[in-house]
Amino acid sequence: MKNNWLKKIDWIVLPLIGVGCVLLLWQLSCSTWAKELPSPARTWTNSKDYILKPFEKRGEMDQGILRFTWYSLILVAKGYALALILGTPIGFFLGLSKTFAKTFDPIIQILRPVSPLAWLPLGLVLFLGAGKNASELGALFTIAVCAMWPTVLNTAVGVRAIPQDYLNVAKVLKLSRTKTLFKVLIPATLPYMFTGFRLSLGIAWLVIVAAEMLTGRPGVGGFLWQEYNALIYEHIILCIVTIGVVGFVLDRLMSLVEKRFKAA
Amino acid sequence: MSDYVELSNLTKIYPTPKGPAVIVKDFNLKIRKGEFVSLIGHSGCGKSTVLSMLAGLNDISDGGIILAGRELSGAGPDRGVVFQSPSLLPWLTAFENVMLGVDQVFYTGSREERREIVEYYLTVVGLGDSMHKKPAELSQGMRQRVGIARAFALKPKMLLLDEPFGMLDSLTRYELQQVLIELWRKNKITALMVTHDVDEALFLSDRVICMTNGPAAEVGDILEVPFERPRDRKTVMEHPDYYKYREHLITFLEERAHRKTSSPVPTPPSGPSPGTGSVSKANVSTESRFAVTH
Repeated sequence: MKNNWLKKIDWIVLPLIGVGCVLLLWQLSCSTWAKELPSPARTWTNSKDYILKPFEKRGEMDQGILRFTWYSLILVAKGYALALILGTPIGFFLGLSKTFAKTFDPIIQILRPVSPLAWLPLGLVLFLGAGKNASELGALFTIAVCAMWPTVLNTAVGVRAIPQDYLNVAKVLKLSRTKTLFKVLIPATLPYMFTGFRLSLGIAWLVIVAAEMLTGRPGVGGFLWQEYNALIYEHIILCIVTIGVVGFVLDRLMSLVEKRFKAA
Repeated sequence: MSDYVELSNLTKIYPTPKGPAVIVKDFNLKIRKGEFVSLIGHSGCGKSTVLSMLAGLNDISDGGIILAGRELSGAGPDRGVVFQSPSLLPWLTAFENVMLGVDQVFYTGSREERREIVEYYLTVVGLGDSMHKKPAELSQGMRQRVGIARAFALKPKMLLLDEPFGMLDSLTRYELQQVLIELWRKNKITALMVTHDVDEALFLSDRVICMTNGPAAEVGDILEVPFERPRDRKTVMEHPDYYKYREHLITFLEERAHRKTSSPVPTPPSGPSPGTGSVSKANVSTESRFAVTH
């Protein structure tokens, strides 16, 4: 009986214990060897303005945390959209054409592990002529170029995994190329594409912080970097927690969408 | 009647690292208009290869195929194919799966006309109530009914069936054979079916073509099946010659398929009755069959 009762609530109790462990470790660290690290309590006191008034705008780089998050999300949405628009067709070409795959697979494998921190300066250089839009375009370029690989690779795998049966149906019915693409290839690849889309979104969110830190744009990442320079370390932790929570929520939302497509 | 389909010296060769592998060699067959022909042989003998060349899904290495006076090249909806697995697109309903083909063939007709064609064929195969279900909601047998409806709805010049009932339990198989033979009779479609089920071949076909084993498979023997049409399973199986035909086919599959020979078969259907051993074997399988049907 007692065991049953415990099992029913362990979905909430166990994660809380996990959080408690981390808080304890944090408290121990800041009271022993990391003297500059603010304690959990101090972090809360110094950050609660940003959390309790999440949409307040006091200055360009002094705004409620959800307001910053909103700016970041908008930039991510643009870069992510670009990643999908570029990545999906490339994935289809990779999956459909052996020649295309042989030609471009090596360069993709080389570009894929390059860090966003390495792409961003190149992005800024690329759009140097764009004047005051340079930093936004550079950031978008970086997000797109880093985030598109999972979409590219998963789409390619999905296209290659289309059962021969489906292709035979298209052949026997003599469907046109466009009809084959929209009636057979895309629906058959959708579940794989959505796995790619979910992983890409995770990366896009990772990249945004780096991009904002380096370009100094308002957003969670920009705020984090500014507060580090201003020696307000509590806010760094606030930003880290926010980034983590938002990333988690985005992943959950995407996996809900993904599940719907896999069930269909 | 004149020959409607002609396969002449049809050959399939796959290149392999060890040199070319000859799957089918000089396969010759003529089919009359409206005839139902079955192709039997052991698994892997190349019978499906012949069918898929006819469907245009497999390139022809040598020889050629003429259908209704024209040499075939590539696949097309003038041949309705029923695959072994129903091969329905899982994201479309039964109706949409059939409509996909009907849209291709009857693009000149109005929307309403096309809808009627699809509904007609789905109703005839017994899916009147389930036509807007997705394949996942249908049983294996129902899915294959959709596959049959899809092939017939194209009003093809020829019907190609690749072990269409191979994945079904025997009860469902009988039901679907009935559905198939009725549709075939109403539509007068020339049909070629690949199967390894001797009873299925005898029940459905006008002629049964026995293929020798590969490599380099060819026509080993041809059996005319003279049972009167329309056929019904009970009458066919009670026909005095039924077991002679059956024995004949089984003997071919058991003894002669692996020997490459083009000489005529020594025991024609009207020939001497087969040995006692094989008769009892045939009887055993009949009993089990009746146990299923009744």
